[in-house]
Amino acid sequence: MRFIRKTHYKQDIQLFKHEGQVFWYGLLAAGLLAAPFLLSDFYLGELSLVFIYAIAGIGLMLLTGYTGLVSLGHAAFLAIGAYTHAYFLAQGWPFLLSATTATLFTALIGGIVGIPALRMTGIYLAVATLAFAIIVEQVLVHWESVTGGFRGMAVELPAIGALALDGSFNFYFLCLAVLVVSLWLALNLLRSPTGRAMTAIRDSEISAQSMGIHLAYTKTTAFAISAGFTGLAGSLLAHKIGYLAPDSFTLLTSIQLLLMVVVGGLGSLHGVIYGAIFIGFLPQGIAVLRDTLPSGIAQIPGLEPGIFGLILVLVLIYEPLGIYGRWLKIRSYFEAFPLYRKAMHKRQRSYLRTERLR
Amino acid sequence: MSPQPTEKSLLAANGLTLTFGGVHAVDDVSFSVEPGEVFSIIGPNGAGKTTLFNLISRIYDANAGTISFEDDDISAVPTHRIAELGIARTFQNTELFEQETVLRNLLIGQHVHRQTNLLQEFLFLPSVRKQELAFRKEVEDIIDLLDLQHYRHQVIANLPYGIRKMVEVARALCIKPRLLLLDEPSSGLNPEETEDLSFQIEDINEELGTTVIMVEHDMNLVSQVSDRVMALADGKRLAIGTPQEIQQHPEVLKAYLGD
Repeated sequence: MRFIRKTHYKQDIQLFKHEGQVFWYGLLAAGLLAAPFLLSDFYLGELSLVFIYAIAGIGLMLLTGYTGLVSLGHAAFLAIGAYTHAYFLAQGWPFLLSATTATLFTALIGGIVGIPALRMTGIYLAVATLAFAIIVEQVLVHWESVTGGFRGMAVELPAIGALALDGSFNFYFLCLAVLVVSLWLALNLLRSPTGRAMTAIRDSEISAQSMGIHLAYTKTTAFAISAGFTGLAGSLLAHKIGYLAPDSFTLLTSIQLLLMVVVGGLGSLHGVIYGAIFIGFLPQGIAVLRDTLPSGIAQIPGLEPGIFGLILVLVLIYEPLGIYGRWLKIRSYFEAFPLYRKAMHKRQRSYLRTERLR
Repeated sequence: MSPQPTEKSLLAANGLTLTFGGVHAVDDVSFSVEPGEVFSIIGPNGAGKTTLFNLISRIYDANAGTISFEDDDISAVPTHRIAELGIARTFQNTELFEQETVLRNLLIGQHVHRQTNLLQEFLFLPSVRKQELAFRKEVEDIIDLLDLQHYRHQVIANLPYGIRKMVEVARALCIKPRLLLLDEPSSGLNPEETEDLSFQIEDINEELGTTVIMVEHDMNLVSQVSDRVMALADGKRLAIGTPQEIQQHPEVLKAYLGD
């Protein structure tokens, strides 16, 4: 077990808490930088997709995991980011300007969606965001002059100045860089007042208000930030899939995103990464499963969403803190090695809370 | 300390009334709280004590009457502005941010003193870093005052009830309020913790100069720390006076014991 001697307050706000973390994250960074030289193009592409999912996941995690607002409509933000980016690229805008515009535009839409969401929580909010996603899907189909309707639209190849970023090698580094910057921004947010205000709203709206937190402002901001990250991921995803069509952004995509943050572990950025790896490689796993299963089951068309749903339910029942929560338990088992008790992570009934103010 | 008409009251309620359907939860209650005093509100269950708190902290809108704080009418101020004005409160059954550490809970108390904007926070500019360190310093002062050093990095959900109560008081103090509203601070505490609480309320009152209004059932605690007491029953004010006066007041005895 590690004991950290603290001599200054700044030790609690720095990103790396001790040398051990610096070492392990350094190792991870080295591994990620070396990966393109070791892996085949296929796996490099899959890793890029994991990074893109993770960026979208940061957005959804800030909203669902940290602010406590469930969204079933994040595929819409992904779509808005992707289409906006593709549209401006087609107008001849440079890559960086176009991606930034797509991010900010999606954030703006997110803020606007957040306003009616102020009065809703839980299941009502989930349904409202679901409705929003369906509206966006219809707009994509019918606004043909911009989106190309059902025919879809081709996405131009990414390039910054003369540096072409297509090809799995360069695109991998682009996605990695965007992910690292996104993580850094999210971590900064979470260690400053706005991030704390968001978690305060998640845990108790009534006392957040009494602590001087403006609920409407903070929730709208959370929606905008969340949509912004997801829009940014969308603009990268546009390049990854190369050709945009409305059926790339369906309800299933939204559920996949939600599955990612829940399976990864709500309320932690580690969870986003674990969830993204899980979602990124799950289709592969299912493909392998199809080969081994008897053909009667393997050929069922809805197998994939069915398995997604099943996993979501199982995780919610057996490990509400997701993969990251499981990892924390494994770690504390080894830290406390001979002294680990079975009841150490037993969930306790929470104390009575003020019901009359609801 | 009895109310002096010449002295400027910190908080004054005038004819406050709140009805839920046909129930008069608070019925034409007037009182004033002077700077620096500890003012207790007592009464049987359902007397309207907590409702009165929710009116002062602007969680409920009064049907009639006004509340003024330092001569400003706060009857229409939005809930989240109350903390900025210098009124902090605790809740009867604790309303802490359960999934966060004690430290982060207390730092939320500093939220009203925030000077940075969202963009600066995204980039964690030096101004944000400086502000975080300053917040931490303030929070540590409160931790020292209430002896919470051991619990600094613990998640609220793992703490015993008595400690949670103190954390909630600490969080309210992090606002640096001029008026602190304590809603049944001793409920759920054992006799020893209640004893500590009375010293801590005195410390808060004397060292920080914070005016305290508290709703309390424990008459020992009330008579130890209060300068004045107001008794409520069925939403109506029965009496205001020193703890001794209230304990012998015939109306109060009638409300508690019946005829």
